[in-house]
Amino acid sequence: MDNSTIAIVIIWGMVFIYSILGSIDFGAGFWAMVYKTDANAGKIANRYLSPSWEVTNVFLVLLVVSLAAFFPHSAGILGTILIVPVCLVLLLLLIRSAFLVYSFSVKAYGRVLNIVSGLTGLLIPGLLVSVLPVTLGGFIDTAGEHPSLPLGRLFSSPSLYAHVGFGLSVELFLSALFLADYSHEAENREAYRLFRRAAIGLGPTALGMALLTAFTMVPEAHWIVENMQRQAPWFLLSVAAFAVGYTALWWKRRDGGHGFPRVAVISVVAQLGLASYAYGAAHMPYIVYPFSTVERGFTNDAMFYSLLGGYVVGALVFLPVFYLFWRLFLKDKRYLKTE
Amino acid sequence: MDQVTLARALFGSSMAFHIIFATLGVGVPLMIAAAETLFQIKKDKDYETMAKRWTKGFAVLLGVAIPSGTIVGTMLTLLWPGFMEIVGQVIALPFQIEIFAFFLEALFMSIYVYAADRLSPGMRILSVTLVALGASASAVLITDAQAWMNTPQGFRYDNGVVTDVHPWQAFFNPSFFVTAGHVLVSAYMTGAFAIASIGAYQLLRGRHSERVFAYHRKGLFLGLAIGGIMSLLTALNGHETAQMLHKHQPEKLAASEGLFHTTAYAPLVVFGTPDPEVGEVVGGIKLPWMLSFLATNRFDGVVKGLYDYPREDWPPLYVHTLFNLMVGIGTLLIGYALLAVLYRYIRKRPFPRWLLLLFLTGGPLAMIGIETGWIFSCSARQPWTIYHIQRTSEAAIKSGNLGMLFVLFLSIYAVLLVLTVLVLTFYFRRHPVSAVLDKTT
Repeated sequence: MDNSTIAIVIIWGMVFIYSILGSIDFGAGFWAMVYKTDANAGKIANRYLSPSWEVTNVFLVLLVVSLAAFFPHSAGILGTILIVPVCLVLLLLLIRSAFLVYSFSVKAYGRVLNIVSGLTGLLIPGLLVSVLPVTLGGFIDTAGEHPSLPLGRLFSSPSLYAHVGFGLSVELFLSALFLADYSHEAENREAYRLFRRAAIGLGPTALGMALLTAFTMVPEAHWIVENMQRQAPWFLLSVAAFAVGYTALWWKRRDGGHGFPRVAVISVVAQLGLASYAYGAAHMPYIVYPFSTVERGFTNDAMFYSLLGGYVVGALVFLPVFYLFWRLFLKDKRYLKTE
Repeated sequence: MDQVTLARALFGSSMAFHIIFATLGVGVPLMIAAAETLFQIKKDKDYETMAKRWTKGFAVLLGVAIPSGTIVGTMLTLLWPGFMEIVGQVIALPFQIEIFAFFLEALFMSIYVYAADRLSPGMRILSVTLVALGASASAVLITDAQAWMNTPQGFRYDNGVVTDVHPWQAFFNPSFFVTAGHVLVSAYMTGAFAIASIGAYQLLRGRHSERVFAYHRKGLFLGLAIGGIMSLLTALNGHETAQMLHKHQPEKLAASEGLFHTTAYAPLVVFGTPDPEVGEVVGGIKLPWMLSFLATNRFDGVVKGLYDYPREDWPPLYVHTLFNLMVGIGTLLIGYALLAVLYRYIRKRPFPRWLLLLFLTGGPLAMIGIETGWIFSCSARQPWTIYHIQRTSEAAIKSGNLGMLFVLFLSIYAVLLVLTVLVLTFYFRRHPVSAVLDKTT
């Protein structure tokens, strides 16, 4: 593998990690709004969100910074064409985080927060997903002196809405599954029942939306559909992982309960990992079709090795801290069962 | 406004908003750590109460500091694609390492706040120290990128192509240590004076029991003590900064002092308006020979003037006023701290009302000093984004409707600024310190 390939694999890893963490984070905000009348489920969602949202947000910054560092030329093009959607994401993030902390201090903000965090839980991932169709080509206007993104063309395209629908259904499916597991860990049967039911409804929807997205691609993006057909074995494996995770919700437990949510979460994360690997491989060698390829967007080798060293050291230092964090907030019954 | 001006306005206002929260986010954790430490030494419960209440306020500030920092970081790529192309190739390291500082701060902040009751006292102090360390480290690292923009090195740049890159040489560029030190101590100073302002406000309000008065006096004095030390360090560091500018960015020094003719025995001019036609500052107070001394440690040292440079490379001349405001406020704050020492240790009297009124202005003044300092540093680098390498007009985004975004962001910043103040006021009104203190005694 040459250096630019290693770099794009690292970026892919970060996109994957953030899409998992971000889905759970924003999804939890949405579920807290939906189940606000239900004391158990709403509380469980907020209990996960309180200590974790800042850390999730850092993963987003990590992704942006790494992209700009490894692929400065591509980041420049992406920034120029995506300025409006990305700025909207930033504003919504600011509002959401501010209300998260306000509501900890002023109880009256709790209700506003539920709505703010629920709505941004749909809007932010929706806008983030709109980046994907743009990178596939067909939307960028090259008529002027500099490439730009005519928003009218983007927002009137069925392909965009298929992408957004796909992104949202995956987000809600994954977060419902995760919260089902979190409630199970907290031994909160009431919340577990609700989140399990939501996950059962959303799983097939997400799978269906994925197919719809592939069929609504604009003509300019057909190169990736062809490439994706070559990745068929990976996609099949991904569907198999989904099948395991989805049926795990019905497996009988020894105590008579239904479902192994931990198995379901892990399988579905594997499903998403396999599918996004296949998608990423099909996306190669373009970062933004047809303007920017992995090779042309790449930084120099000296910078690459310094950054690589930084990630290795950083990962080694922070792995134990993440483990401690997991123990304290995702495992410790004293926290999970706080009244 | 043209595209470049709009990009600068949008980015500048986002920075100005973020800096308020970021500076307090660096300064307040130091105060929390100081209070926790004093509690361990003096076994005075008041300091523990302080640490708890300041943490509460800090958590709210952090909730705005983190996403506004995300905004500024992402906007760099959005608004300055030309600049970021070079950054990604030469000075990406501080940005990358800063992420790890963010992780440190975010992880241990959650642990300190949400797991406090499950941690041993030692682990609690360790957590809050790591939060403070993460905040300070991220300030130092992002300042490194700013320092490199002023004194770029570690690469060659010909015809728009970057070659011969040495990332660590770029990282340790000549102004890194002095600039990072300046940002750090001035942030500590601002956090401390902000705390002192709150104490002064509470003492002025009256209507408290003696117990509550004593609590606020301790908070006020802790703020003044740390604020005083940090303002002295800021001034000392400012002197080093002048010498660094003299050596590496003479136009910036000349513009900040309004010096047009290259000369030995250069005077330091306070206030006034630099007039390029007259060739000197009009209406200012002249301190003869002082600029030469400041820049070179010798009265006969030669300081370069603006006439040595082509007019299109001059920074805007208003930076002289910004510079004076920054230095003036810093000097004033040293005076505040000296007055506090005088009354407490020499006259051995409680602070009179007029002095409390002065202390009340300390926090807002320090914040104005920080803002003018940043605006000064970035305006006086103009017309360059990267000094003598890339002009701001070459760095800026070429297309996009920035006007609408500017209005949108500005209004949200205004709303959040008001809401944050309201939330903090509401919370501390609802949970007065008297309720806590009466419980413990």
